[in-house]
Amino acid sequence: MKDYDIVIIGGGPAGLAAAVSARQSGIDSILILERDKELGGILNQCIHNGFGLHTFKEELTGPEYAQRFISQAEELDIEYKLNTMVLEVGADKIVTAMNRDDGLFMIQAKAVVLAMGCRERSRGALNIPGYRPAGIYSAGTAQRLVNMEGYMPGREVVILGSGDIGLIMARRMTLEGAKVKVVAELMPYSGGLKRNIVQCLDDYGIPLKLSHTVVDIKGKERVEGVTLAQVDEKSKPIPGTEEYYSCDTLLLSVGLIPENEISRGMGVEMNPVTSGPKVNESLETNLEGVFACGNVLHVHDLVDFVSEEAASAGRNAADYVKEYRDAAGTRKVEDIHAEREIPLVATGGVRYTVPSTIRTAHMEADLKVRFRVGSVYQNCFISVYFDDERVIHRKRPVMAPGEMEEVKLTKEQLLQYPELKKITFKIEEE
Amino acid sequence: METRNLTCINCPMGCALAIEMEGEKVIGVSGNTCPRGDAYGRKEVTNPTRIVTSTVRVTGGDADMVSVKTGQDIPKGKIFECVKALKDVEVHAPVHIGDVIVSDVAGTGVDIVATKNVACR
Repeated sequence: MKDYDIVIIGGGPAGLAAAVSARQSGIDSILILERDKELGGILNQCIHNGFGLHTFKEELTGPEYAQRFISQAEELDIEYKLNTMVLEVGADKIVTAMNRDDGLFMIQAKAVVLAMGCRERSRGALNIPGYRPAGIYSAGTAQRLVNMEGYMPGREVVILGSGDIGLIMARRMTLEGAKVKVVAELMPYSGGLKRNIVQCLDDYGIPLKLSHTVVDIKGKERVEGVTLAQVDEKSKPIPGTEEYYSCDTLLLSVGLIPENEISRGMGVEMNPVTSGPKVNESLETNLEGVFACGNVLHVHDLVDFVSEEAASAGRNAADYVKEYRDAAGTRKVEDIHAEREIPLVATGGVRYTVPSTIRTAHMEADLKVRFRVGSVYQNCFISVYFDDERVIHRKRPVMAPGEMEEVKLTKEQLLQYPELKKITFKIEEE
Repeated sequence: METRNLTCINCPMGCALAIEMEGEKVIGVSGNTCPRGDAYGRKEVTNPTRIVTSTVRVTGGDADMVSVKTGQDIPKGKIFECVKALKDVEVHAPVHIGDVIVSDVAGTGVDIVATKNVACR
């Protein structure tokens, strides 16, 4: 069995950034395992621009952004295996994987970085009645067909869900000659970025119907049309509001789910809100030496923040390996988790926080706590309480579930509260 | 006098901008909460531009398609002409990021460049 210091599962933006930062932190023995035939993950099919404004201070397309990190990984001589499926990771950090060249093989890792990303919610999760004709695709599948394989999934399109991939595909299909008739969104607000609503829908005169959903799909062999209806505040269709749209294609852009089968299999504790692992300030799961970053941890809006988060996971994994080496492998699970962990509590409009806990001693100088709100808020405050004392109170003109929020905590600040029992995040009107 | 209503895209606030026009001239911008909104509104009604991204076919490569973009932003009104000009374009592998695929697309003076590396098969 081969040994590596750090094994990274997934060669998308999170895995690449974690690998680069782990190497820059002095770890030589790193292996990335990627199931696709190339590195870069989902960025390869995101041919639109708008990536990298934070990381590189310029606007890049997805493949260009990916290539920046792939080139860095190659310059740093980071080892990777493509076309390789990880089947299982044991709590003992033995990784079982397979590919055509090596067959089934096992690797002993000192630290594991989970960077498997997410997948799209499918029709099965939505309970849409009707037959199962051809012509129903997730927006990401359509994106792959159009951008990488050169096929058009259809000519007359209705899109359910206003997630960013759906919005991007509304524009892309329009440019390729399709007629996108309407985008329907169940919620009273869009799940996508404002910029995408303007540049992908408004620019092309595509209507966005909020508080609407698909109540029927017509067609047995191929989609012939869909019926939309308005929904009430409980998301139930309102009788009499039905409207029929003829189309040959229905795209679904109804949410992303972190892909955590491997994590669950190894006993990683999950956060039911994010469907991702619960992590501490080092992005380490309840299993010591197992880190998580990117969309497998919680679904991001911007790849720039994935890269930033993953770089931190890579540094922390490197630190873990160095400590492990210093202690000649004698470090015990109890030692690390015996340290006091301060829980982060998400309440009053804040749906979750990443991380879930903080061990002050292990913090870097700054820690970005990221979270999402549960509905649209105007002129409200993000408040952070250290026990009962309000320490942060920041006004935000607009907050929406589609845009991730962040609050910076500093180590210096936390060191002043040695007895701190919990940190509470909430949205307040004043 | 005419009023154009736009949504500012500079940040998540998405201010509802109202731009007062006198023919082709901008008289004033309101609804913005910062100077970026003013600048965006003025540009959007006088000279709106976009980066356009698409794909073209590749022969002899390890991928069938290569992604491309306009090297700079082009006038919004030229978007469809630009995409149309790419319809039958075919390139041979290898392709490198930054390679010019079509020069002076749709008479804009802007080149279409590759945004992905495609190696030979």
